[in-house]
Amino acid sequence: MNALLNRLSTVAPRAPVHFELDGVPCTAQQGDTVLTAILTQATRLREAEFSGQPRAGFCLMGACQDCWVQTVDGRRLRACSTLLEDGMRLSTRRQP
Amino acid sequence: MTTKFVIVGAGPAGMRAAEQLVSAGHRPVVIDEAHRFGGQIYRQPPYGVQRERSDLYGFEADRASAALNRFASLLPQIDYRPNTLVWQVAPQTLQLVRDGRDETLPFNALILATGATDRVLPFPGWTLPGVVTLGAAQVALKYQACLVGPRVVFAGTGPLLYLVAWQYASHGGQVMAVLDTAPTGAKLRAVPKMLARPTVAAKGAYFVMRLRLAGVPIYSGVRLLGAEGREHVTALRWQKADGTQRTTNCDAVGVGHGLRSETQLADLAGCRFDYHSVDQAWLPTRDASGRSTVRGVYLAGDGAAILGADAAELSGARAALAALEDFTIATSTALASSLEAESRRHARFRAGLETAFALPANWAADAPDDLIVCRCEEITAGELRECVKTTGAREMNRLKALTRIGMGRCQGRMCAPAASRLLADAAGCDLKDVGRLRSQAPVKPLPIRLMREAATAAPVPFEERDD
Repeated sequence: MNALLNRLSTVAPRAPVHFELDGVPCTAQQGDTVLTAILTQATRLREAEFSGQPRAGFCLMGACQDCWVQTVDGRRLRACSTLLEDGMRLSTRRQP
Repeated sequence: MTTKFVIVGAGPAGMRAAEQLVSAGHRPVVIDEAHRFGGQIYRQPPYGVQRERSDLYGFEADRASAALNRFASLLPQIDYRPNTLVWQVAPQTLQLVRDGRDETLPFNALILATGATDRVLPFPGWTLPGVVTLGAAQVALKYQACLVGPRVVFAGTGPLLYLVAWQYASHGGQVMAVLDTAPTGAKLRAVPKMLARPTVAAKGAYFVMRLRLAGVPIYSGVRLLGAEGREHVTALRWQKADGTQRTTNCDAVGVGHGLRSETQLADLAGCRFDYHSVDQAWLPTRDASGRSTVRGVYLAGDGAAILGADAAELSGARAALAALEDFTIATSTALASSLEAESRRHARFRAGLETAFALPANWAADAPDDLIVCRCEEITAGELRECVKTTGAREMNRLKALTRIGMGRCQGRMCAPAASRLLADAAGCDLKDVGRLRSQAPVKPLPIRLMREAATAAPVPFEERDD
């Protein structure tokens, strides 16, 4: 398994949105949150600060703060409540 | 002077409160943290994504449609502010952030309809990717047209357990098992109270029947032992009521043990809190009309006490009437008392639910020392027990100061139900006696730049807040 989220086959695909995930060009769909865009093609959003263990969100409604994702330019996005934008450059690994 | 009415939250309670205020000729501000109104239960897909409401909301499609359509028709008459977070409450003033910009909003009457999130009693491995709340599993489906999985186990207890399992089964999800931590006998004991709302009880029975027909194994009285996996969850270990252990392979686990009210804003507003034995939580005090102990602050919906969407609509309308009454506008007392009578029926039913889906009585005593309780700061059950033993801590804020439990980014939203139970167990006292975590502004993380720019509205002083 290489994704945590699976799209419903009964819902028509929307226009593609292009972004970069850990340096690799990726495509998701309009209306995707950052969390959906990542977890339909990967199994983690970030590493926990203390243990370094992978994390991938928990409540998906903006309460648990588990789904923060770094952008390459150092910003932090709450992935479950941020809609994906074309050209976003996202990183799931701890940055040096 | 025109009275400024502000509603926080655009779920069933907030939407109905707005409707009541508009019908009295007012133009309330409705603040919504989400992109679109509806709250969690009637959460809508993002703009531009077409979905059938029958597909999204099942049995509740008509009710959801009615609520969403009514609110949509009100939009020209209200000041609706999506994507907006209230991060601080000061006397007659809210601090908001929208699109990265700070804003101050004065109010005369504030209706808090802040909703709820899942209440979770954790098990080892609950931080693994693929383990999410029951609510999260629903959000993935309703908002993002995705299923967690494909192979998923639903575990915990509460009506949502069976509803979400059925929603997944009927949308092509591979539901490997439904594991209810409440024993079968509890459901039977709850029947008399649940007859207060027979059609709702019948819906629950229907989901169970459909799951069984679909071949989904359902077990009651289970104990959750742990999620396994390295990069993500690959299996859930659990124990049957007869003590035999099982491992169910899966790609995801949805977990929840009922719901937990979002009460931070009521706390920051200075509302008094009382211990609520049905919810087993400290909740902001309110009278039957929804008035809090702070003049001009009203409480409605699941953010005040867990009673569900239908009750939230009633309490939203009632709180709006109370606000109108207090600001000397004549309202219908007949409507007010019928809303209150109807709400009492929901409260009876709710007490039945808490019996049917009782929390695991020995959860705290059974929790292993290496269980991570706080997801943010990775504080373990053993650290909490050690702290109680060595320092004699008996109160939640003391435990927080000493261990950092509840001090992380979620401010205890996810860990407080578990941490307070562990504290009560270790200290040998009642859950009520360990108190509750004090809320801090900002209620959610903000860029430090915003705090600098924020107007210097004075918050409600700690000594004027009830603990």
